[in-house]
Parts: sequence; C-alpha cells; structure tokens
Amino acid sequence: MLPILKRYFRSPVAILGLTLLLAVVALALSADLLFPRNPLALAGRPLQWPLASPRFWLGTDNLGRDIAAQIFHGARLSLLIGVVATSIAIVGGVLIGAIAGYFGGMWDEALMRLTDAFQTLPNFLLLLLLVAVFGSRIETVVIAIGVVSWPAPARLTRAEFLSLRHREFVEAGRLSGLGDFRLIFTEILPNALPPVIVYASVVMATSILLESALAFLNLSDPNVPSWGNLVGQGRSVLRSEWYVCAIPGIAILLTVLAVSLVGQGLNDVLNPRLDDQ
Amino acid sequence: MSPRLSIENLSIAMPKRPDRPLLLDDVSLTLASDEIVCLVGESGSGKSMTANAILRLLPSAVRVAGGRIRLDGETDLLALPAEEMQVIRGVRVGMIFQEPMTALNPLLTIGEQIAETFQIHTRLSRAEIGVRVQALLTEVLIPDPPAAAKAYPHELSGGQRQRAMIAMALALEPAVLVADEPTTALDVTTQAQILKLIRDLQRRKGTAVLFITHDFGVVAEIADRVAVMQGGKIVEQGLAEDILNRPQHPYTRRLIAAVPPLRTAPPRHRDAPIELQVEGLSKTYGGRGLFHRQGRITHALKDVSFDLRRGATLGIVGESGSGKSTLARCLVRLIEADAGRVRLDGVDLTALSTKQWRQESRRVQMVFQDPFGSLNPRRRVGDLVAQGPIVRGEARQQVAARVRRLFELVGLDPDAGTRFPHEFSGGQRQRIGLARALALEPEILIADEPVSALDVSVQAQVLDLLADLRERLRLSLVFITHDLRVAAQVSDDILVMQNGVVVETGTAAQVLEHPRHPYTQALVAAVPGRHWIPENIERRTAESAA
Repeated sequence: MLPILKRYFRSPVAILGLTLLLAVVALALSADLLFPRNPLALAGRPLQWPLASPRFWLGTDNLGRDIAAQIFHGARLSLLIGVVATSIAIVGGVLIGAIAGYFGGMWDEALMRLTDAFQTLPNFLLLLLLVAVFGSRIETVVIAIGVVSWPAPARLTRAEFLSLRHREFVEAGRLSGLGDFRLIFTEILPNALPPVIVYASVVMATSILLESALAFLNLSDPNVPSWGNLVGQGRSVLRSEWYVCAIPGIAILLTVLAVSLVGQGLNDVLNPRLDDQ
Repeated sequence: MSPRLSIENLSIAMPKRPDRPLLLDDVSLTLASDEIVCLVGESGSGKSMTANAILRLLPSAVRVAGGRIRLDGETDLLALPAEEMQVIRGVRVGMIFQEPMTALNPLLTIGEQIAETFQIHTRLSRAEIGVRVQALLTEVLIPDPPAAAKAYPHELSGGQRQRAMIAMALALEPAVLVADEPTTALDVTTQAQILKLIRDLQRRKGTAVLFITHDFGVVAEIADRVAVMQGGKIVEQGLAEDILNRPQHPYTRRLIAAVPPLRTAPPRHRDAPIELQVEGLSKTYGGRGLFHRQGRITHALKDVSFDLRRGATLGIVGESGSGKSTLARCLVRLIEADAGRVRLDGVDLTALSTKQWRQESRRVQMVFQDPFGSLNPRRRVGDLVAQGPIVRGEARQQVAARVRRLFELVGLDPDAGTRFPHEFSGGQRQRIGLARALALEPEILIADEPVSALDVSVQAQVLDLLADLRERLRLSLVFITHDLRVAAQVSDDILVMQNGVVVETGTAAQVLEHPRHPYTQALVAAVPGRHWIPENIERRTAESAA
C-alpha cells in the first residue's frame, strides 16, 4: 500500500486534486458548526452583494437566504450525491459486466443489448424521464442518476473480464476446484478493478453535474440546499446579481475538477505501464 | 585486418538501480568482416543492451559510463551527434529484432516499409526503388515477392515477416548487421530456414554479423566466434569450436551442461497398466453463433488417441498451432471437446457432470507455461497453493502444514507462502505452480510448456525437479513442449502433432532417432546444433554415476 501512496504523491496535479477534494469534505463537515441554522431559512435582506454585510460574507440570494450557509451545506449534498449515485452505478455496472464477460454466450448477448438500449438514450433525457415519472425527491434523484450511469462501467468491466477469463491463473483456479462465484470474485474481479476504480471518478463528477443540471431546470428537490438549486435560483437575476449563480457555479467546478484530478492520479498509480515515465 | 566494429571497455550505468549500478561492465568485443560473432547469455546478462548501445537505442534511464564503440576504426559512435547517427543506422549498421510483428509498422505494406529506407537514405527514383525492393525480397527467398511487397505484416507468417525484416536491414548493404534474438519467436523449422538464410547472405556479402541469442544450439549452428555474457560482463570469448567443446569459464560450462542433450533414455514402465486412455478427441473452432455464420472453421484437434501408462511420461511435441495446448486443456476439461473420450482408470471424464468433475479434477492437475500469467498477482502464494484442498473441505491448519511441506519439496523456503508472486523469479514461480498442482495429490500431471519461458540453467533445474518428483510421487506425466531436446530428456514415449492431427507416436528413441513421418523428420532435422554433442557430457554422466 505504501509504495502506491508514494507514487500518488509524486504527481503535483494529483496532490492538488486531493487537496481540493479534502477542502470540499471540510466544508461539508464544518457546515453544522459554522451555520447551525437551517440554510434555507430567511436570513436577511435579499440580494446583498458579497462582503457588503459582515453577517453575510458571500451575500444573500433573491429570497434573502445566506449564500455561504447554502454553499457549506450544499457541499454535503454534492458529496452525498456523488458517492451514492456512483456506488449504485459502479456496483450495478460491475455485476452486469462481470456476468456478461464471465459467462458469455446468451448472458452476454442479453445484457449487452440492454446496455446498448441504455447507452443509445442520452443520459440526461433518461434522467428527466425518470424524475418526471418517479418525482423529484432527493432520494429518487440520486437513485435515478445511478441508474442512468451504469452502462459505461458495465462495458469496461466486461472488457476486462473477457481478457482475464482465459488467463492461466484463472484456469489454474478452475482446476483447483473453484466454482464460478469464487472465480469471479476472488480471482478475476480484483484484477479487473483498477480501471473501474479510475472510471468511478468520472461517474462521480458527472453525477454531481447531472444533479446541478436538474436543479438548474428546477426539476431537482427544492427542499434541499443543493448548489444546483442555488444556481437555478440565481438564474432570474443573472444579469444584475450574477454572483448568486457564480459562487455555487465555482463550487461545482472546483469539486468536479478535484474528483477528476484524483481520478487521473489514481490512473497513473494503478496503471503499471506508465511506471517508468 | 582491422575490425569492422570494435567495442572498447564499454560500461553502461543505471543510476536509479543501486542493487546493480553497472548494466554493462567493461565490455570489449571486436567484429571483423565476414564473420558471425554470437553473443550468448541468459536474460538480464546485458546482451541486448550491448546491441542497442551500438545503434544508440538506449532507454533514457541509463547512461554510458565509459568506453567507445568504433566503426571501421573511425570516431566513436557514442560521441556522434544525433543526425550523423541516423545515417549510421540502416546505411552502415543494420538491425533485426526479435519480434517482427512489433518491429514492422502494421499500417504500411512490406514493400512500402522497405522502400522507406531507400527514400530516406538515397536519391533513387520510385521505379528504381521498386526494382530494388523486388530484388531484396527475392534475395531473402520470400515466396512470391511481388505479392509479399503488397502485403501488410499481419498477412504474412512469422517466418516471412522475419525475412522481410532481414530484407529491410540489408537494403543498403550495411557492413555490419546486428541481430537480436531473430529466431526466438519462430517455430523450430522456420528458425532453421532463417538461420540458413542469414548464414548464406552473410557469406555472399561478407557482412560482419553480431548475433545475439540465449540458445547454445543456435550458436553451434551459426557462430564463427562466441562471447559469453553474465551479469553485464563478458566472461569468456573465443572461437566457436573452442567455446562449445572446451569451455574454460565455470559459467560457460554450467550453461553448456544445462543444454539438454538430444539423447533418449530407455523407456520406463513398459509393463505398467494403462492409466489414461484418450480416444478420438476432436475440437473445432468457429463456424457457429448467431452473428457469424460463415466464419472460418479451424480443426484444433482431429481424432486424437493415445494411452498413458502408470508412472510413464508422454511427450507431446509440435509447433505453434499444432493443437498441443488445446489437447492439454481438453484433457482437464478447461476446453470441452466436441467428440471423443478421456478415460482415467476406465472412468470417462468427459461424461462427468460439472460438479462431479470439479471433485475428480483432483486426480489430474496441470502446470502452466507462463510463470507470470499463471499465478494471480493479487494473492499470496501460500493461499494459491492452499486453495485447492481448502475448497475441497480440508481443515485449514492441516492444509497450512502441507503447504509448508510442498514448498520444501519443490525447493522453496517453507516460509515463503506469505509473499506475493511478483517477489519471485520465473523459475521460483514455476516451482510455486508445481506446488499448487501437487497440493491436490494428483495421479496425472499435465505440463504445458512448463520450461519454455525459463533461462536454460533454470530450465535444467526445473526439469530435474520434475524428474525427481515423478519418481518420488509415482506421477504419470503428459509433457507438452515445442523443444525436441527437452522432449528427449523427459519422455518415455513421444507423440508428434501437426495441425491438430497426431502424425507419429512411438518410444522417444524410435521417434527421435528413426522418424518415419516426413514432418517428424523435418522437426528432428531442424533442431539447432543437433550435430554438436558437448564433449563434457561424457564427463557429466560419469560424475553423476559416481
């Protein structure tokens, strides 16, 4: 484990990504401490510019809510969306990809045609559809994001399984008497995971963006302090009080950037072919 | 006569490797016109590094720590500016690589790639270049040169690709040719043809050839002079005749002693009962499936039958694509055969259900070819050896004790079980693979090219270990190899395969000394250095008898 950490910290970009990500986590953790009140409650006069009032150093939005409080509490939500939706997408995708790649034949045909069906629809349209049908509570939104994101990890896992399942160490395991379940989970999967882990960072970044996009269209849960909601809120005053959109926008940008940079760092660490460069 | 190429006191350092700071240590070597010098050594000895240094194709992590390389007594190649070096490469020094598939550009035709050399270094017209390309391809005896010039690399066989590479290297008639293991990736009959081609061309043109190889058989076939490398140093050099028959340095002696002699022992276990009986095994690939109707059909195995007596060793020999690995996998049902039966003591293994076979597979175990690919890199080697008995319901503690005994049996430290595969060398990994197979106490061991990825001295150790274990554990052995020398050493009986068909079977002595089928005769004739019988073999057998 230690050499992996050492290699990770060799890249300045990866360090920057990790620092940014830790900063977002710090925002999320300190939210209740610094802003114990409900961040969606009325706090003062609407549309105060940042630094105009000592009470609201990031200003207030057009409903008179504290933007700083929403940013801090929103960090929690963004991370939650990222982690939960990514877990759903990765676990589902890995299972489907593993079954398709390991068993092949009809399993592969059936599961991959299903994947095709999901992939031919644009992610966001499918997400809109799901939210329109099942409602826009935050739980539903998160699950829907996970459901639209599984096809790519499934394809990736399948490709890894296809190349690994005829390796000699898998054949040796089969001759030792291991059943399919063990071959999949103890022999092949650990070797197939590194690219999937790296891809998880992409899924996480897009999950956060998908929720923000939904919120911007006022289609996400309005009862949670998400960054997307704040951007959506500021849309109506974009030309005069642009900071209402810009501040959460920057937060989203930095978080997505952080996750992507960490993903890239992991890629360099987990991809042994880049070792000597 | 002054040498064409002289390497003088060359040292190459790798600053980031404190365990072995000098990759080449004071290497001196000369190469005259019209001679073939073989540079022999095991992997990591620095022989390829020497070749690459001549053309200045060194990785960026190393640096030249001292010495000179002079071409025709002129200035030092190592000191030339990069642009002048480009003129040296191809024009005055040609190079042939080991793997022609990766050394050729897959997107250009063979003709275009050879023409490139002329376009860069000469002012010939397109038409003249076309004529030259045809002449070259004819010279390297490629069948149908006009068609070969229009072919892409993947459309040619391995031997033809290597011929094309040689044509490219010789395009501008360089005075020096560096060949880095040019026949290692080829089948033995193709290897014999390519060696003859290199020898003939070299004679005709008076080229100075530096030929790098790990195989003393190839050395015996082609070398005028020999230099032996070990750990970045040349430990011995001299005339081929002297080095092959009267080696002085202990390392050279060890290497030559490790070459299996092409001699057979009298077959053992003639009267033992038949244990494994294979009848009419067939396997066909392709031609089925929903979306590939008209796929090409390959008969990987066609009606293969043989018997294996208890305690005996059956060698299965053949070139790549002969179906020998498919046969091994069909025997243990890693591949399900389309037709035929495998009977173990009368019980038909192919008729068992998957579940029954998972239990019975204990009796037939396999050792794999690739020491790197056959061990799961993410699990401890002790767990790999123990997992077979554990999934069959044995108590963990009992198995742990057995794993320690097995490690000792195959010549490893009994405490090594907590380490991961990458911490072991290739030979040690093959020992772990052997321990894993033996953990289930099998009656039959199937070894699929178990030593072909190993250096010759390690190969000899693993073969000795196998020979020792099969006696001690009363194992029957199916030993698959492409190397007739290895087959001669281990087998009681030999079965020769070609294109999925058994063309000849018999005792090892019959097959190797009096082959009847033309293909077997061609295989035996192609064994590199088959006329060379090291003189000290007599001494060695005398020693081991004493």
